[in-house]
Amino acid sequence: MNTIDKLAILADAAKYDASCASSGTSRRSSRDGRGVGSSEGSGICHAYAPDGRCISLLKILMTNFCIYECSYCINRNSSNVTRARFTAREIVDLTLDFYKRNYIEGLFLSSGVIQSADYTMGQLVEVARCLRVDHDFRGYIHLKTIPDADGQLLADAGRYADRLSINVELPTRIALADLAPEKDHRTIKLSMARIRAKSDEHAEARRAARRVTNQRPKSADLGRFAPAGQSTQMIIGAEPSTDADILNTSAELYSSYRLKRVYFSAFSPIPDSSSRLPSQRTSLVREHRLYQSDWLMRFYGYAPHEITAGADDTPADGMLDLDIDPKLAWALRNRAYFPVDLNRDDRERLLRVPGLGVKSVNRVLAIRRWQKVRLDDLVAMKAGVTKAMPFIVCAGHRAGAGELASPALRARFAPPTAAQQTFDF
Amino acid sequence: MSGYQPSLFDGADTAGDQAVVRFAGDFAGWQRAARRHLAAAVPPEAIWWQPAPVSFEAESDAAAARASERPGTIRVPKRFVELARAAACHSAPDRWALLYRLLWRLTHGERHLLSLAGDSDVATVSGYAKAVRRDVHKMKAFVRFRAVDEAGYETPRYVAWFEPSHDIVAYAAGFFVRRFANMRWSILTPERSVHWEGEGTPWFSPGADRAQAPGEDPLEMAWQTYYESIFNPARVKWSAMRSEMPVKYWKNMPEAQLIPKLVAGADRRVATMEAARRDTDTLHCGPRPASPAAVTEAAAEAYPAFSLERLAARAALCRNCALCGPATQTVFGEGPVDARLMIVGEQPGDREDLAGRPFVGPAGQLLDRALAEAGIDRQEIYLTNAVKHFKFTPRGKQRLHAKPDYDEVRACRPWLEAELGHVNPATVITLGATAARALLTREIAVTRERGRPIAWHGRTLWPTVHPSHLLRAGETNGPGYARFVADLARAATE
Repeated sequence: MNTIDKLAILADAAKYDASCASSGTSRRSSRDGRGVGSSEGSGICHAYAPDGRCISLLKILMTNFCIYECSYCINRNSSNVTRARFTAREIVDLTLDFYKRNYIEGLFLSSGVIQSADYTMGQLVEVARCLRVDHDFRGYIHLKTIPDADGQLLADAGRYADRLSINVELPTRIALADLAPEKDHRTIKLSMARIRAKSDEHAEARRAARRVTNQRPKSADLGRFAPAGQSTQMIIGAEPSTDADILNTSAELYSSYRLKRVYFSAFSPIPDSSSRLPSQRTSLVREHRLYQSDWLMRFYGYAPHEITAGADDTPADGMLDLDIDPKLAWALRNRAYFPVDLNRDDRERLLRVPGLGVKSVNRVLAIRRWQKVRLDDLVAMKAGVTKAMPFIVCAGHRAGAGELASPALRARFAPPTAAQQTFDF
Repeated sequence: MSGYQPSLFDGADTAGDQAVVRFAGDFAGWQRAARRHLAAAVPPEAIWWQPAPVSFEAESDAAAARASERPGTIRVPKRFVELARAAACHSAPDRWALLYRLLWRLTHGERHLLSLAGDSDVATVSGYAKAVRRDVHKMKAFVRFRAVDEAGYETPRYVAWFEPSHDIVAYAAGFFVRRFANMRWSILTPERSVHWEGEGTPWFSPGADRAQAPGEDPLEMAWQTYYESIFNPARVKWSAMRSEMPVKYWKNMPEAQLIPKLVAGADRRVATMEAARRDTDTLHCGPRPASPAAVTEAAAEAYPAFSLERLAARAALCRNCALCGPATQTVFGEGPVDARLMIVGEQPGDREDLAGRPFVGPAGQLLDRALAEAGIDRQEIYLTNAVKHFKFTPRGKQRLHAKPDYDEVRACRPWLEAELGHVNPATVITLGATAARALLTREIAVTRERGRPIAWHGRTLWPTVHPSHLLRAGETNGPGYARFVADLARAATE
């Protein structure tokens, strides 16, 4: 089998991993090196596939042979797909050739589990070592970590990779035990805990060095450990977990292991799939609402239970409203919280206004140090004015109390149901 | 710079009641002209900005020219320079006048101007800068190099053809230099081209023609294969793709040629996959490994029956209460099985949960210090907690300690009793109310009952405060701490 045939198989096998991020790692260039590569903080999406997903990295498996039997996975042991395996050399060459033509930011390397966790992890680490050490590659490397792999392998992985990730796969322990018998949340979390502990150690060493020299230490002097942190992924809709389950698990993982991201991957059909899985793909709108909720938790100060609570904060079925975004949904459920006064209220309250993002809120706060904030300012900064208007007070604008209390307010933002739609006849 | 004529000073040109200012039409040229006119207090409405073409030799050493200039006396916010540098690349003809108007306002009583996002000049310049940065970002993303052999070199030269929307080649060149510093490359565009020889400084040449760029690169077949294979036909999002990768860029991207074919075939591929579900138990990759729980259980069985080790291994799989869900792991007690003194805390914290060992976090370190001062060797005592899983409330990237409730303490009690049974200590020190209550099964007021022995099932139980209480109260050295040390010392000696 030639390299291109392998690439077709092993990229196809890797596409169910949602992450393609290449941001947030240490800044570096190749000017003082002998190889290629740089990173300047923000990631770059070099192309977009027709699925709307960014292509930033060469995302491939080392091999799609796998001794595990995870029902949701295209590469599971019993799947009747064509199997292939790259050599380390093939992966290194593809990465460098693609990088030099400006197709990619780097490599996202994962693998099916062959022989043992340690053996597989060792193979992945060797590819990263070869790129970094033999070729002085300064681009981005994301390594998938095999749970249970040896601590020294993990330390090496962190030295060469920008990001490490371990997929938690499914939102609940029971769902995972059911669909992926060779995995469990306990060992996955133990691995995440080891990564966080190692990152903490490095951060502490760096702080200590700074205390001594009063200078920003060069990362080369202290060694490095996955400067872009760790992330994980959950498959959405392959089993009956609710959005509340998913968001609670996310919040626990973010806080426990300082994850940079939790990715959600709407379940989509795979070739030769197991009959234990749903036959229909999961709605991409649901995935989108979960991402919006994730943003609300990370940047807007929302607790998971606030996002998934029902009307008047009564317990609900734990599912997000698909018709309107979760921030607007919260505002409509908590109308007594409004109106928010753009000229008086604090940042925390401003962040709760539908239509105002973090950037708009920062701009509003900057303006009001000098003058009154007017509705025109929101228009000029291209904030979501229509969405915000019923919920705010500012110079020259006051949300009507009747409007805010009106049952028709939701209908203004939600798409009409089929029965309400009218057609020209 | 030859393009620059300080018109106001030689009085050559006027347009209506405005003076025509001719300058080299890039940021550096505008900056020099603007400094002069600002110094001469010429108001924005009196100037007609007339850019002249930038000569390419001049531009190649624009950086050198900038460095040699005297630092000006005009002070502006750093953000203005960043905005202006970007907005200067925009194709809008009014950008020079806009930039000067902003500069004028910033230096005439409106230093805070850039904070006013709603101001129309600020909104316009921000819009220009944003459009340019987006164009630069897309250039960094969508330039596609093709390798061509170059006479006299063993390695190829990498050449790209790109069509930006704004005049960004000089602005964006640094990125390619930093990234591809050890390659030789050229980026050709209709307005101007930039070249890098693997060292020195990048050089510029006039605009080029698409025909001057190489027509193909054999590696593009691999790239197209990758693009085709990484696409998931079950998630077609046509408009999302087009908004991020506008159609105007497609013609120079080899992978974009595949898009129509991929989209057209997507639904059929999905329908085939959805129809073809089946059950199979034929393994294709060899025998499956044992489940992690089975491995842990087998490891537990390997320890001698009725040993503390087996107890700890079994506790690792405990699911007696819901705390095993969010926590990482069971944090079992540790210490010699023949310890005469056992210390029982409340529950593991963040650090203990990660490490899997009791009392290794901040409270544990304080306890270590107190133990040493009380003359107790940590290696000789048994340390454990009333609850073996960390109970917490997530708050962003932190976990806030949450007090275990009665049911959780009760669910964990069998483990604690088993530890007591194995170690059989004469003396037990409980830290805090939860630990005391777990053993005595009654509420106790630790602050009142501390420092006094309580006879309990043939052992002596000494309640005292938890070190985390001292940490919260800021009592890590004062009398509160001294009393804690005294409590420990007394319990150990009496």
